[in-house]
Amino acid sequence: MTKTPPALEITSLRKRYGQKVAIDGLTLRVEQGEIFGILGPNGAGKTTTVECAEGLRQPDGGAIRVFGIDPYRDRARARQLVGAQLQESQLPDKITVAEAIGLYASFYPRPADTGALLARLGLTEKRDARYRKLSGGQKQRLSIALALVGRPRLVVFDELTTGLDPAARRASWKLVEELRADGVTVLLVTHYADEAERLCDRVALIQAGRLAACGRPDELISRAAVPAGVHPTLDDAIVALTTGEA
Amino acid sequence: MTAVAETPVSQPRARQRSAFRNLVTVEARLMIREVVPLLWGAAFPMVLLSVIGEFSNGPEKSLGGFSLVASYVPVLIAFTCSTFALQGLPAVLTGYRERGILRRLNATPVGAGRLLGAQLTVNVSVALVATLGILVVGAAGFGVPLPRQPAGFAVALILTAAAMVGLGLLIASLARNPRVAGAVGTMLFLTLMFFAGLWGPQATMPAGLRRASDDTPLGAAVAALQHSMAGQWPSASGLALLAGYAVAFGLLAWRLFRWE
Repeated sequence: MTKTPPALEITSLRKRYGQKVAIDGLTLRVEQGEIFGILGPNGAGKTTTVECAEGLRQPDGGAIRVFGIDPYRDRARARQLVGAQLQESQLPDKITVAEAIGLYASFYPRPADTGALLARLGLTEKRDARYRKLSGGQKQRLSIALALVGRPRLVVFDELTTGLDPAARRASWKLVEELRADGVTVLLVTHYADEAERLCDRVALIQAGRLAACGRPDELISRAAVPAGVHPTLDDAIVALTTGEA
Repeated sequence: MTAVAETPVSQPRARQRSAFRNLVTVEARLMIREVVPLLWGAAFPMVLLSVIGEFSNGPEKSLGGFSLVASYVPVLIAFTCSTFALQGLPAVLTGYRERGILRRLNATPVGAGRLLGAQLTVNVSVALVATLGILVVGAAGFGVPLPRQPAGFAVALILTAAAMVGLGLLIASLARNPRVAGAVGTMLFLTLMFFAGLWGPQATMPAGLRRASDDTPLGAAVAALQHSMAGQWPSASGLALLAGYAVAFGLLAWRLFRWE
């Protein structure tokens, strides 16, 4: 077996919350070193999918593997390989930036240099600031730093740039591209088609817990039927492929 | 930053231990920065004991042969245990849950269970130090003898702490957010401290109230602590009741606790 396993392999994944079916037979595969986007309308199951990949949820059916490891059954191993930036996850008000990054670094076998990581995310001057005193963008950058401090091989960004100003968004995009240059696989859950079009090697469109389409952004754009004379964008393609409208 | 393509090492225990130590350190610092919990849960009982001590005039028949200050020592130990367990712990844990901090830790190799362990460690440690402080203030300031049955006292104290921590975890399991947890915790704290004799020692309670008090967690706790301080082994039924509360609250919390 010399073949390297894919960074993420999802096969016929099913997950329900009570009566509500969140994931309904989803299959997709993310190769190592890809920047892979997950797009879809609200409630499509994007976050549930990545939470299963992070080992936070147990699937009801199907299989999910990160680098060949079951992230729920073999949590201890999988969590060393996966860095997570979760939606709406905060820190205690009075913890300082340096304390938070130092604490999270101690969770991993081969952590990154925390000083260098803070510098890379522009947080060096905020080392001794308490979490509550940080701006929204700084909090977001700290949560990115915590996702990277364990030197993961797969990073999951759930709404990486939601709430960021244009300059901060572009800085985050640059960071994602640098990660790929380092050989890290990036899973990007986003609402922004422009972000996915610009960054992602491939994107998956999820709708009602199923895969609506998957491919390179330009492939999806050319597949969408857009009225003549309009320059199609990935946004148009998403709408077309998930609602049947152009 | 570069992700190194090598097989992951197995989890060395040393790293888990150092992660836990760091969690305890950070949680302790966060509690110190909050200030109020330490003032209310640890310093206030000692101050209150000193005030009571000023009004205490030797053993009194109406207090079962104890001085006023001696009868308040176990009550204030129950006070310190229950503030940290019922008011501090559930508010912090529900806050961590509401803000996604437990979920975030569950996405790391360490897991949120260790944060829970760190919170328990910090709260129980502070409550134990405050208990020692109360004993020392009572002994040095007002001549209240240190527990004459130390082993019985230790057992009573451990069971008291366990019952209160169990109840605190149960509040954290049932309350959706820190506001609810704070309100429920305070309500229970006031009720249980009433039966513990904060507004009038057990010896002064009417017979019916006294019987009810003996069946409540902190009433049983104060009786057990009082007996062991006076040199007797606490009653088996009282200790069994405390242990029963600890197990019942703990099991319920275990079943009902949610990380998110």
